[in-house]
Amino acid sequence: MNALSIRNLKKTYNNGFVALKGINLDVEEGDFFALLGPNGAGKSTAIGIISSLVNQSSGSVSIFGHDLMTDRSRAKSCLGLVPQEVNFNQFETVKNIVFNQAGYYGLPRKLALQRTELCLKQMDLWDKRNTVSRRLSGGMKRRVMIARAMVHDPKLLILDEPTAGVDIEIRRSMWQMMQAVNQQGTTIILTTHYLEEAESLCRNIAIIDQGQIVENTDMAGLLARLHIDHFVLDLAEPLAQAPVIDGYQIELISDKVLNVAVPKELGLNQLFSHLSALHITVSSLKNKSNRLEQLFMDLIDAKPVGTE
Amino acid sequence: MINYSIALRTLVNKEVFRFIRIWPQTLLPPAITTALYFLIFGKLIGSRLGTVHGASYMDYIVPGVILMSVISHAYANVVSSFFSSKFQHNIEELLVAPVPNWVILFGYVSGGIIRGLLVGVVVALISMVFADIAVHNMLVTVTIAIMTATLFALAGFINAVLAESFDDISIIPNFVLTPLSYLGGVFYSVDMLPGVWQTISMGNPILYMINAFRYGLIGVSDVDIQLAFAMTGGFIAVLTLISLFLLYKGIGIKN
Repeated sequence: MNALSIRNLKKTYNNGFVALKGINLDVEEGDFFALLGPNGAGKSTAIGIISSLVNQSSGSVSIFGHDLMTDRSRAKSCLGLVPQEVNFNQFETVKNIVFNQAGYYGLPRKLALQRTELCLKQMDLWDKRNTVSRRLSGGMKRRVMIARAMVHDPKLLILDEPTAGVDIEIRRSMWQMMQAVNQQGTTIILTTHYLEEAESLCRNIAIIDQGQIVENTDMAGLLARLHIDHFVLDLAEPLAQAPVIDGYQIELISDKVLNVAVPKELGLNQLFSHLSALHITVSSLKNKSNRLEQLFMDLIDAKPVGTE
Repeated sequence: MINYSIALRTLVNKEVFRFIRIWPQTLLPPAITTALYFLIFGKLIGSRLGTVHGASYMDYIVPGVILMSVISHAYANVVSSFFSSKFQHNIEELLVAPVPNWVILFGYVSGGIIRGLLVGVVVALISMVFADIAVHNMLVTVTIAIMTATLFALAGFINAVLAESFDDISIIPNFVLTPLSYLGGVFYSVDMLPGVWQTISMGNPILYMINAFRYGLIGVSDVDIQLAFAMTGGFIAVLTLISLFLLYKGIGIKN
């Protein structure tokens, strides 16, 4: 069964702006799915419609087979949302924020208290349960929103840029948390501007641009479509000019740093053989840019993937 | 099947705890203000005015002052709470969850009714220091108080839904509600007004509620009680339908 199924979803705002031009999307149960796109592409509108915060103009959305228009309550029961911006009562305590949300989903008091404690402990917030939420740090506020979204044990969790603005340590711990939640069977849809995050966490991906899905495939398949990898090589000895090797584009960035475009069919071994023959010693190498980022820019710019 | 009664209870509890938590802002000021009303208008000035429809002036103004407090606090509770939820976006907690529109409306309005009635009780207790009132008709008193609180809690809800700024939630209370309350016969009988003003006053719905409440407490009224109940009930029905329509369309709440 699909966790999420969207058919011909359109949204035109009152000012005439067309945010969605009829998108179709399926997310399988248990998936860890990335929904990417530049600012203003329509991601937030799509998530807003799925989570009942935005009225759709036409089309249909179903969550675990429950149509959002005709079977709204059951559809909503399957969904948990972690929004982009902090949207809880800043004057309420952490515990009450999560506990009240459990009540809105109809959890009896005893179960709501148990789930609240469990989710706050999972988010390492139990010690802060009686703290008024406005006194929390930015990272803690995000974790409160995740605990709140998970308190009714949703089958589908939408995380809208959950790691935006948090430091690297918290981001890594949130990645582990998201993976653990997904491994327990919860389907996750993630939007993020950190493409390395999507690349390392998600199995499938859709890219939305100007209100349309421009790519919808599995992450491995998409990355495999990259024909060229870019590497930065740190050299042991300085060079006066970039070496010329057939099939590779090599650029001298500084006297001890090379930027090399490596076609996949040639690979790195051949490159190192040629460099060794030229008595050039490489002390270290790294990817020039995140691979998904490169693909993303290609798709958004509507250029053929992997060509430069 | 989702248990909506739990969602409703959660929302009502949240609303009640909200105004109880800030009782110095919500429950204490009306106690002080009305004590001053009773002292200045009732005791100092009223003692020189004689009787109105057979009641002492102090006894005559007590029902109006109580109901005026019920009106303003039922309205203020809902308008401030719901608009704050919109402003902080935590209304989204309810919109995302499987909470039907009628639960959202009933939850917020219940908070307003409870605060309005609680303030009414506080003011009534203070009035007992200044006046000696034996309730004339308990059923009329309680029913019209609940209906009035309901009506103005609904009005506060509509104001909050349509408001786009904090200015918008103060315009109606300051420029509509307060004048209508003061001109609704809190401190005088419409019989005391010149002819044309009597006629104009009869178009003020608050006049009917205050007089029905006054009838319940001291057995004196300028208007037909049945008409007062019918009018209040009619307004409640209309405002309920408008509120549900606004929620259904997502006006002022959804993008």
